[in-house]
Order: sequence, then C-alpha cells, then structure tokens
Amino acid sequence: MINLSKEVFRIQKEQDVILFRNRLREMAVRIGMSLVNQTKLITAASELVRNMLKYAGSGTATIEIVSVDRKTGLRIVFEDKGPGIEDLRLAMQDGYSTSRSLGLGLPGAKRLVNEFNIKSVVGEGTTITVLRWKNG
Amino acid sequence: MDRIPILKLGKYLLVTIQVDLYDRLALTLETDLISMVKKNEARGVLIDISAVGIVDSFMGRILGNIAQMSKIMDAETVVVGMQPAVAITLVELGLTLKGVHTALDVDKGMLLLNKRTDNNREAGIDD
Amino acid sequence: MKKETINVLSEHRKQISELWVKILLENETLREDFMTNEDLRVQSEELVYAMIDAFKKGNFKNLETEEYEEVLELITSLSMSRAKQGYSPRETGLYVLSLKQAFIQFLQENKKHDLASLFEEVLSLNQMIDSLSIITFDTYIKGREEVILRQTNEIEEISTPVIRVWEGIVALPIIGTLDSARTQIVMENLLNEIVQTGSSIAILDISGVPAVDSLVAQHLIKTVSATRLMGAECIISGIRPEIAQTIVHLGIDLSDIYTKASLASALRFAFQKLKMQVVKTATN
Repeated sequence: MINLSKEVFRIQKEQDVILFRNRLREMAVRIGMSLVNQTKLITAASELVRNMLKYAGSGTATIEIVSVDRKTGLRIVFEDKGPGIEDLRLAMQDGYSTSRSLGLGLPGAKRLVNEFNIKSVVGEGTTITVLRWKNG
Repeated sequence: MDRIPILKLGKYLLVTIQVDLYDRLALTLETDLISMVKKNEARGVLIDISAVGIVDSFMGRILGNIAQMSKIMDAETVVVGMQPAVAITLVELGLTLKGVHTALDVDKGMLLLNKRTDNNREAGIDD
Repeated sequence: MKKETINVLSEHRKQISELWVKILLENETLREDFMTNEDLRVQSEELVYAMIDAFKKGNFKNLETEEYEEVLELITSLSMSRAKQGYSPRETGLYVLSLKQAFIQFLQENKKHDLASLFEEVLSLNQMIDSLSIITFDTYIKGREEVILRQTNEIEEISTPVIRVWEGIVALPIIGTLDSARTQIVMENLLNEIVQTGSSIAILDISGVPAVDSLVAQHLIKTVSATRLMGAECIISGIRPEIAQTIVHLGIDLSDIYTKASLASALRFAFQKLKMQVVKTATN
C-alpha cells in the first residue's frame, strides 16, 4: 500500500466531532470520492466518533489516504482508552436498527464501509478501523 | 450562542436546518420549537433538511424527538428535502425514522400537513 | 556483458533495429491496420536505441533504475496503447520477444569466434528482455482493464434511462442483470431524478431483469425504502410469473411494497394515487 496523506484528530468534545467531519469531507472530495460514498463514510465515522465520546470520553481519529493497485480510498482508525466492549459479538449483532440509544450502531456503520475491523479489550480500550474506497 | 431560526407559516412552523447539529444546539432547537408550538398553537411543523448532507443516528433521534413532542402538543411533523445520498445511507444504516413523515419539498410538505390535520379534524379530535 | 560487446551493439544499433523490423514484417501477426510499417520502424528504432543506451550505462540486471527509465517509459506506453487499440496479447508479447530474437541473431553472427562469452551474454540479455516482457504483459493487462472499465460504465449509463412519464411520475425500465454495483447506480439515478422533476411517484419496471434472487430483491426493497424516506413512493412493475414464484419460494416479503404486473397497471395506480383520471373523449 502506498500511503499518501495522514491526519490525526484528538476528539475530546463535541466541537471536535464537527471539525473532524468537515476535514473528512474535504479529504473525501479531494480524492474524488463519489457523493454517496462520501455520505456513507462520513455518516459511519460520525456514529463511531460519537460512540467514542460517549463511552470513552475521548480518543483519537486518524484519517489516511490509501492506495492499492488502482483503487484509492480513505482509512480511518478510531482509538480510545475507554472501558472496552465486553461482548463484541453481541455488539456486532443487529436488529437492523440504530434507533435504540443503547446500541452502538456498529453493524450499521459496518454496512456503510468496505472494510471494518474492531479490537477491544475490557478495561484497556477499543480500536476500530474502517476503510471506504472512492468508488464502489 | 447559535440558535436555529423558526419561522411561522400560517398555522405551521418552518425550521430550516443548515448547520451541523451538535448537542446543545439540538437541545435548544427542541426547547424553542416546542414552546413556539404552544405559543402559536401551531398545527404542524415542517423541518427542511435539504441543506443537510449527513444524517446520523443522533440527528435521527432529534427528528424523532421533535415529531413525538409535537404530536403530544397536537401538531404533526413533516421532514422535507432529504437528499438522495442521505436517503440511501439511512436505508443502509438501518435508521427508520419511525413516526416521522416525509415529503419532497416544503410545498408538498404543507399539502401533507393540510391533509393530516384535516384528518384529525374529521376524526373529531379537534374541538 | 562485456564492454566491447556493448560497443559493438552500439555501433550496429541501426542494423539491429532493422533486423528486428524485418522479423516483425515477416511475422504473420503484423497488424498493418493498426500501425503503418513506417511508424513501426520508428517505434522499434526508438526502443532499440534506448535499450542500448541503457546497456552502456553499465547496469544490466536491475530495471528499476534511472538508466532504464526511458526504456520503461517507451515499453509501457507502447504496451498501453496496444491494449487500448485492440492488439491481442500474443501480438504484443511477440513484439517484445522478437526483439530478443534480433539481438541474439546479431550476437550470434558477430561473436562466432568467442562462443564461451557469447553464451554468457545471451543469457544475461535473455534475462533482461524477459523482465521487460513481464512489464509489457503487466501494462498490457492494465490497459485492457481500463478499456473494460470504460465500457462497463458506458453500458451502465445506457441501460438505466429515467423516463418522465407524466407530471409527477417517473419510470425506470431496468434491462439486464441487477447486481450490487448496478443497483447503486439505479438507486442514485432514480432518487436524483425524483428530486430534479419533483415527482412523487417512481415506477421501477423489472420486466427486463432476467432473474431475481434474494440479493436483487433486497436491492429493490432498499430502493423503495429510500424513495419513501424522501417522501415519494415507488411502485415495482413488470414482475413476471416466474419471478413472483421465485420470490415466494425464497421467502422474501414484499407485502410492504406496491407491485404491479405491468407498467400500464402501475401507471394506472400512480394516476389514482395522484387523484388523476384518464377519460375517453366523445368521438364526433
């Protein structure tokens, strides 16, 4: 993979979410991501970063432009040192709805991206990595 | 502090959302809206989201809250102007926006409100 | 490769280039319809000269270096343009491999006195041109893939027209298989057209869709949901009996969706919803 550009965001309060979202939009536009893919990615990122704020209090979100073969996309890594998720399988299970305030919206976010990876250790923290190609 | 403007449109209220809704702003909107519904005895609320590029579960919850609160105060809510990319994303996300009626634009939204409030009157819910 | 050999190659560069062209002209895979012989000569000469220049700089093994930059540029652009023009892989491959033949033939004739070193030199030349062949092959494939991508996009554009049937009603006849990628495009086109025309009813006609499996059905359901979220309605028409059967057997629930057997009945239904009527006028 060839990494072309990377930006790290500290998320500590609500305003940081908005800044992060705007920068994400800018980067997505810069690499020529289609509007629908942009919307999907930013919506998924929005869910994940709000989760981070809500459950871990703070964390970092790193956006990277990645390029493999002839595909270009954005990879975002959400990292926090929060309580961690006890039952990952349950969290990834889905009633196909994120309207419950208890739900983490993870399965929904997963559907909106091309690649989704989650690592979580109770008491230590959570790392979620998502990737969306600019096309497809 | 920012406030989202609420306009009076006859017996309805019109809210046009053009900025990112963060916690405090959303809460203020809910409060302002519900007190204006009471003050004007509004029969309906139109929320214009044609300038909103991202609707996540937070925003979805706000819309749902507004619809529910208004309903309790006897006002119907219609959300108008949803962007195609947003609609596609919401379907994929699985957000159903239950209890929220939608229309393509403000005009159609008003027609819908007229129909729904008339129905309420016919059903004898009004005085 | 020995320095003196390289010098000999350099001195006779024109001869080698012409030898190559001769081999190419004799070959039945020559495509005179794609390129004139004169152009072929020029292109081949350019490549031979660039290669010999690179040899002179000493590096004979590693192609990923500055010395070979020009050679690689020539080879990749040559290969890419052949891919786009429609040369077959064989024709393109033979082009580079016959260069090998030319070099070796020349060396054979000129180094008859020194068979031992001839063998070594042919080996390293062989290795080097093989690497070039691989690059040619790779680039050629990329070129073909670009052609395929472009054609796919064109097909997608053509096969999803949106028709403004009436004020407030749009129809989308879908022709061909509906896969994930295509459904995205159909959905986007449909929703965008709804916004553009301010239509409150969309008719999705699938009589041109050969098969509907649960994945396709899911896509259709998503399209209807998205339409409704925006405040419009979507009717699915053109459901053939076999498809209705498949849907039921697969256990897919379409009860929430308006379905009509034909575009005509979908239209009638749409008029009804819009409180419109088609009335026969009195004939005089």
